[in-house]
Amino acid sequence: MEFLSDIASLINSTLRISTPLVFAAMAGIFAERSGVIDFSLEGKMLMAAFVAAVGSYYLGNPWLGLLLAIIVCVCLSMLHGFASVTHKGDQVVSCVAINILIIGLTTALAAAWFGQAGLTPTLNEDQRFLEIHLPFADALRDIPVIGTLYSDILSGHYVFVYLAYLSVPLVFWIVFKTSFGLRLRAVGENPSAVDTAGINVFTMRYKALAINGVLIAFAGAHLSTAVNANFFREMSAGRGYLALAAMIFGKWHPKTALIACLLFGFTDALQIRLQGVELPVIGEIPVQLIQALPYILTVVLLAGFVGKAIAPNAIGQPYIKER
Amino acid sequence: MVSPILELTDINKSFGHVQANKNINLKINKGTIHGIIGENGAGKSTLMSIVFGLYQANSGSIKINGKEINLRSPRDSIINGIGMVHQHFMLVENFTVLENIILGFEGETVFGEKLQKAKEDLEKLCQTYNFNIDLDATISDLSVGFRQRVEILKSLYRGAEILILDEPTGVLTPQEVDELFKILRSLKDEGKTIVLITHKLIEIMDLTSEVSVMRQGEMVGHTKTEDTSKEQLAEMMVGRSVLLRVDKKDIKKGETIFKVNNLSVKDDLDVTRVKDVNLEICSGEILGIAGVTGNGQTELLEALSGIRKVESGSIELFGEKISDQNNFLNPRMLKEKGLAHVPEDRQRMGLISDFKAHENLIFGYHDQEPYSKSAILNNKEITEYSNKVMQEYDVRPNSPNLITSNFSGGNQQKIILSRELNENPKVLLVGQPTRGVDIGAIEFIHQRLIDMRDKGAAILLASVELDEILSLSDRIIVMFDGKIVGEKENKNVTDRELGLLMAGVA
Repeated sequence: MEFLSDIASLINSTLRISTPLVFAAMAGIFAERSGVIDFSLEGKMLMAAFVAAVGSYYLGNPWLGLLLAIIVCVCLSMLHGFASVTHKGDQVVSCVAINILIIGLTTALAAAWFGQAGLTPTLNEDQRFLEIHLPFADALRDIPVIGTLYSDILSGHYVFVYLAYLSVPLVFWIVFKTSFGLRLRAVGENPSAVDTAGINVFTMRYKALAINGVLIAFAGAHLSTAVNANFFREMSAGRGYLALAAMIFGKWHPKTALIACLLFGFTDALQIRLQGVELPVIGEIPVQLIQALPYILTVVLLAGFVGKAIAPNAIGQPYIKER
Repeated sequence: MVSPILELTDINKSFGHVQANKNINLKINKGTIHGIIGENGAGKSTLMSIVFGLYQANSGSIKINGKEINLRSPRDSIINGIGMVHQHFMLVENFTVLENIILGFEGETVFGEKLQKAKEDLEKLCQTYNFNIDLDATISDLSVGFRQRVEILKSLYRGAEILILDEPTGVLTPQEVDELFKILRSLKDEGKTIVLITHKLIEIMDLTSEVSVMRQGEMVGHTKTEDTSKEQLAEMMVGRSVLLRVDKKDIKKGETIFKVNNLSVKDDLDVTRVKDVNLEICSGEILGIAGVTGNGQTELLEALSGIRKVESGSIELFGEKISDQNNFLNPRMLKEKGLAHVPEDRQRMGLISDFKAHENLIFGYHDQEPYSKSAILNNKEITEYSNKVMQEYDVRPNSPNLITSNFSGGNQQKIILSRELNENPKVLLVGQPTRGVDIGAIEFIHQRLIDMRDKGAAILLASVELDEILSLSDRIIVMFDGKIVGEKENKNVTDRELGLLMAGVA
């Protein structure tokens, strides 16, 4: 039975760890399907974590913190759009600028407001999201299999975990079953076709970026107001990039991107488990190597296993109407 | 007096310093096929893009059925019954036909009833015009001819009364052109108005009832087609009289100098694009490769010029093997052996557009005397040489310090040609030498190629322009799906025969 509960707890952490990746990957899908590269997922996630933590601390309500994070992230997305859609700047450069800006800005603002560089005060229970225990979780725990599935895997997560996995079918539905989705995909493939169909290419890209901002805010808030109770320096720790890799690995498709996110989440959960564990034959693996696992996996998957990931045709190209 | 369906008055449009349209006036009558002819860069496409709402005119007015309208975006034009089939199709390649057609006119937020209705309406339209299009097919699986029908269907579905077609025949086989013309005539009979933009005189004579001629951004004449002739129109387009035929001497065929054995080549996506090709070229001969774009001509030329790896087979020059799957000579080594290459895509491969003309003129020879000495460029020599050669090749403007992208297509091509012909190559590979080049320059380029042939060079000419193949080549091979599907001496060959081969049906 101990084996089963080990598995259950591994799955449980996989779901939790993958959550910010899922939000970020879905955010990335909107931007990149519209033809705008989004390397700035990392920076926006970090900013969202900071704003959510500070907002909940001052306003006393994590939902208000989340709302602020959404507003700020949408503004950052608009900034990215202003530079790379309206002014046709290089999209990667714009993203790198946002990322660097935010690393510095969060550290500096925390120092100015709270006296500690890159650290915000610890949130109390009212100021953060708590784990949600589904009804009858305790009562059902002892039923074999179903009990474990319900009480140990499904129950006891932060609200963001549930929202993240609900967002995937929603994104799928929007992208593939609505006229907005059709236009979104078209504008990333051939903006001229969209323009000649009488739709404004720029407006479409801004709309996509706005949705991108909303989704990425959830990822950041999850980090600082749910799994942790404060913001600390560079707490996004490359998750934005990892999510981008998952999205590419998933070929800009919500379902496959979800699988990739779960895979990355799983290796991360596994590495936490494996730390300090004596394995047969090999012995104890150095902790640094174990911690590098998800990143090694990313490189290997992207380099070898994905095959040709076919990006939206017009990605990275500003739309220039007149010569 | 019925007012014309479309009336343009004093349209002006400039891009930066370049005035693309100057005081254009044009009247198009309902139910006619109206041709607009002019050379590349004459401003035809710009003018029609203004009518389609894609560009906004700097001044002037547009009237439809006598009523002045303000076109701020293609949406306004579509609502006013204007449809346009662009030269480069405006289709999303990985979408289905249906998705492409409803894009922007879905009529509902979430797909459901209206999608079904659209499908039914489209099926009816397809039947009416005998289009034979599968609405669920993905665009990338369709041939160019079918893609064009999708574009026409798209415009009709959106309620077009005036249909503008921009150079619609450039990518079609002669049979597909026939089909297209049949469709256009039946649309005319239905009462639709067609505007045909082209630089091909024969299409104007074949199809239109009225024609307007543009030159350098201005409208230089309107006439009924029956009152004019090809020669007259050509003269109006160019502003001087031109030779429409190439005169060439009888062939003086020498020994075989270039030989390709069982050559196969893959493209960047690992798809085999050239399949088991054998060919020989003799000195003093022009071998023409006919074929619809994308049937392996590009990859063949790239392999022959040492840009692309050979998958299997070999290439021989003067009986010496120069390339096979194990090792192949790079373009530089090939050049030293007497092979020159005028690439298909001059913007991408032939020139560095941001360089000055004189830099492009010596590129590849830049490290040789007299252009450089001990790794330092000799600017005086280069400028002198450039001045001389630009005069000889009639490159306009004759200014070696001008950035290359500021030259017109024809003049850019002359720059490449002068560089490649400079050392009197023994083998010349030429891809699409006159794509996007004006009639005056075409005449010049063709003459140069003939001169090379008469001097004893072996020339391989790949072109999608059948007229060009027919007027220059001594022998013609046709490529379809990577294979050579036919070879003919250029005597009494008709474009019909070649067209059947090009379509892979003969």
